[in-house]
Amino acid sequence: MSASQTIAYNPDYDGPIISVRGLRNSFGEQVVHDNLDLDVRRGEIIGVVGGSGTGKSVLMRSIIGLQMPNEGEVEVFGQHILGKSDAETIEIRKRWGVLFQGGALFSTLTVAENVMVPIREFYPDMDREFRREVAKYKVCLSGLPPDAAPKYPSQLSGGMRKRAGIARALALDPELLFLDEPTAGLDPIGAAAFDNLTKELQQTLGLTVFLITHDLDTLHAICDRVAVLADQQVIAVGTIDELLALDHPWIQEYFNGPRGRMASSGKKMLG
Amino acid sequence: MSIPSDFVEETAEDGAVTLHFSGDLSIASIGDLPERLRDFASQAKRLDISGTGYVDTVGAWLIHRTARDMEAEIVGADDDAERLIAAVAGADQATEIRPDALNPVVRVLGEIGESTALAFTTLTGLIGFFGAIMVGFFRLVRHPGQIRWNAVIQRFDVVGVRALGIVGLMSFLIGLVIAQQGAVQLRQFGAEVFTVNLVGRLTLRELGVLMTAIMVAGRSGSAFAAQIGTMKLTEEIDAMRTIGVSPIEALVLPRFLAAVIMLPLLGFYASVVAIIGGGLLSWVELDIPPATFFARIREVVPLTDVYVGLVKAPVFGAIIAITGCYQGMQVKGNAEDVGKRTTAAVVQAIFLVIVLDAFFAVFFSWIGWN
Repeated sequence: MSASQTIAYNPDYDGPIISVRGLRNSFGEQVVHDNLDLDVRRGEIIGVVGGSGTGKSVLMRSIIGLQMPNEGEVEVFGQHILGKSDAETIEIRKRWGVLFQGGALFSTLTVAENVMVPIREFYPDMDREFRREVAKYKVCLSGLPPDAAPKYPSQLSGGMRKRAGIARALALDPELLFLDEPTAGLDPIGAAAFDNLTKELQQTLGLTVFLITHDLDTLHAICDRVAVLADQQVIAVGTIDELLALDHPWIQEYFNGPRGRMASSGKKMLG
Repeated sequence: MSIPSDFVEETAEDGAVTLHFSGDLSIASIGDLPERLRDFASQAKRLDISGTGYVDTVGAWLIHRTARDMEAEIVGADDDAERLIAAVAGADQATEIRPDALNPVVRVLGEIGESTALAFTTLTGLIGFFGAIMVGFFRLVRHPGQIRWNAVIQRFDVVGVRALGIVGLMSFLIGLVIAQQGAVQLRQFGAEVFTVNLVGRLTLRELGVLMTAIMVAGRSGSAFAAQIGTMKLTEEIDAMRTIGVSPIEALVLPRFLAAVIMLPLLGFYASVVAIIGGGLLSWVELDIPPATFFARIREVVPLTDVYVGLVKAPVFGAIIAITGCYQGMQVKGNAEDVGKRTTAAVVQAIFLVIVLDAFFAVFFSWIGWN
């Protein structure tokens, strides 16, 4: 592994769920990623952090096929996905769910109908009545009150919209969940509740979670490992304690700045 | 790959039925199992899932629901399955997919009431907005130093100069079509030469300005609504207010002035281009040479026709600017509203322009400008 320093070595390592090698992304003159490597293990919540403009969202978009990188390889569930057509990757795409930053719910459909969209697209033969039942329990499973299911996205608060987004991302019972800044724009109580939901779902459903965040509390509360994006690469991956042992100025400033210390002391007080 | 799920029925000696499930209970492998279980007539006492492989929440939900409806007991669940069944059982709450539909009569009545109320509030809103523009306008007349000339000139360019191409092409074709249709009809009476009257009077009096107004409403009225609406969403307008800049003076007045001043110019230009188009067709179809055509135009078109067009144009321009800016200022909530308001701006502008045009027609014939 050339650039990234994977610190913790797990003897039970069972093949990465996501494996990115030599990724290069550039927009015009500006190079966002260059020779970036990253592995995500089965069953972990990996937090991806980095300053603004370091390409966290671009990395996610490259993995899920919304952004075609200039160079590099991306394997998900051990299969190459770059350069494949939508038809070829359909079996893989069924196995992941994505929560976009604003929820990205379809505004003309109710929350429950939003959840039904991926099911109808990927499993058109499923019994109609059963599909409706599935949509309903998914909405409730995402921590929304039952009366939210027949509401339109514009009638929901920001936090509820994110939960509805999670419900839709979980519609196909994915093994892998991508979350793009799930707690951005939520109040601290809503953010903490969303963190708990993520952890709970990850444990109950056995998910692997790829989580982009700026929220230090989220990192401390639920992430198994943290990947740090800087200098166009993943400069380090590990638990927060392992990262703190590194002598990189950005990492030190990030976790040992006033906000970083607050978040970590909060964690210690809690548990 | 997943193994399709299935179940078999086993009846014990005491008559208790047990359903033995097999295969993977997951969204990919569940197939027609939900229908078959629903159609399964007899009541089972036990659901045995010890023979199943991979279970996900969809499979867990199916087992939970079947057990709930049949009042059966779930046996043979491993830890994972048990956890999932407990999770979906916790999420089993009565809810709906869509909001309750209202009684159709009530709904129709409600819609009629709402749209009537909306029509009145829009009308009063537009009048109030016009008043606000006038207040701003006269304030600037008293303090001419505060007029934002740059913004005004820039709007002139966007509303007027950049519309020359499309308005010219449209008018040229309209002139051609009027002349062609006129020639065909008038030829039946041997009165082809009156095609000149038709083209000259119709374009200067009515179509030149009307078609230009419709084009400007689609081109600039929509842009006004979308620009101001987006600024409303990004709180730019609120920021302006806190700094003490009046959005009416900074945003609305330049657009209003541009539309009011540019529409007569564009409308006159459109009429001239339409006459050129009509003249070209008359030359080709009716063998009326251009010199004769324009000499005839001067004879048959009274100067009042030009006045009629030029009097209407600034009013149409004002209508377009007021509806566009008003709808833009009404945007709230989300980006979807910008789209709705933009559509409303164009529809209302075109509607009001045509209604006013009818009033003008009556008015001008009443004062004898026939």
